[in-house]
Amino acid sequence: MHTYYAPEDLSKFPTIGEGAPELWKKFSEWYGAVFKEGALSEREKALIALAVAHTIQCPYCIDAYTQTCLEKGSNEEQMTEAVHVAAAIRGGASLVHGVQMKKIVKKVSI
Amino acid sequence: MNNQINFKPFDTALSENKLYPLTATDITIFQVNVGKLCNQACKHCHVDAGPNRQEIMNKEIMQACLNAIEKTDIPTVDITGGAPEMHPDFCWLINEFIERKRHVMVRSNLTVLTEPIYEKLPEFFAENKVEVVASLPYYLEQTTDRQRGSGVFKKSIEALKHLNSIGYGMEGTGLIMNLVYNPAGAFLPPLQNAIEADYKKEMLKRYEIAFNSLYTITNMPIGRFLNYLNASQNYNSYMEKLASAYNQNAASQVMCRYTLSVGWDGSLYDCDFNQMLGMKVNHGAPSRITDFDPVKLCNRRIVTGIHCYGCTAGAGSSCGGAVV
Repeated sequence: MHTYYAPEDLSKFPTIGEGAPELWKKFSEWYGAVFKEGALSEREKALIALAVAHTIQCPYCIDAYTQTCLEKGSNEEQMTEAVHVAAAIRGGASLVHGVQMKKIVKKVSI
Repeated sequence: MNNQINFKPFDTALSENKLYPLTATDITIFQVNVGKLCNQACKHCHVDAGPNRQEIMNKEIMQACLNAIEKTDIPTVDITGGAPEMHPDFCWLINEFIERKRHVMVRSNLTVLTEPIYEKLPEFFAENKVEVVASLPYYLEQTTDRQRGSGVFKKSIEALKHLNSIGYGMEGTGLIMNLVYNPAGAFLPPLQNAIEADYKKEMLKRYEIAFNSLYTITNMPIGRFLNYLNASQNYNSYMEKLASAYNQNAASQVMCRYTLSVGWDGSLYDCDFNQMLGMKVNHGAPSRITDFDPVKLCNRRIVTGIHCYGCTAGAGSSCGGAVV
């Protein structure tokens, strides 16, 4: 094995169902329903998935949802903005914890 | 790098849906490919057309096309290329089809209409109510130029504005101008109505351009696009994507079932893609326009191959866009 992540492994995802078929069936049905057109369009859901994929840094998800976004009609500008949203939340989440740091500094300082 | 493919033969997919052997149901579109000469050399072109191509239809074959259509009530003639406008007998051919009371569509790359020698063609189209089907892979310059060549987008916008100025794509004029989207790479097109809504909004907002409909077309794994797939090592994943998205409803309505495609040399094909692969009409139907037999051709068996997955993936793909 040269790497933990190989692109061809993505298509092996359904083999996870071999150990627990009922759970896989439930997951698959739920997953499929989540991404169906609803109050949000399929395109909007794919952009959210792309942003989350970057937040959790899952290469399978980034590969899959980059292609899904293109196939739902998003362009690179829109997808880049979605990734910036993910990055901004990640960065902001770190930064906002600075408030905790400040509180502790204040507590222990004379 | 066409090895290690992981999908069933196309005819097997048809068999599983009781569509094998695939047959024609009628001919309602008579497609004439007048040659491979083009002023562009696009990366996705399945024809491998370009400025140096010499293959163009001679007038005898054009006359044979006219003789053939006279034997039928086929309502629509679809003229394509290359850039069909560059054929020296292009206007003559259109006039002859119009005289025979057929609706004529022309597939234009748009940029050719900005060249001085062809810049009056839009007025000629309008006089004859020719329907214009124009390639515009995307509404952003960078994406379009990456696929079709530097400067193509700006010229395309110039041509579209000209067409709009004489009524094409404008409500109430009866002058139809449809645009064609195709993916800028190895992925499937989005839903036609969704991307059409984007195009309508963006083309109006950014360039003040109107049009009638947007056709989404899947890139076919043949010609120059096949070269790209192989060079970029996307062939296997793209073919698996097409095959896994096989849609039996699309398969039952593919364009070859109601189209006849005539090559520049008078050979007959089930579609423009088979034409580029040299896969002539077979299975007992005539393969030359000079032997045109409407009864045999209307009921002919279609010649298929793995490239046919391109027309049956997802919402399907045809020269008129998605099929379902």
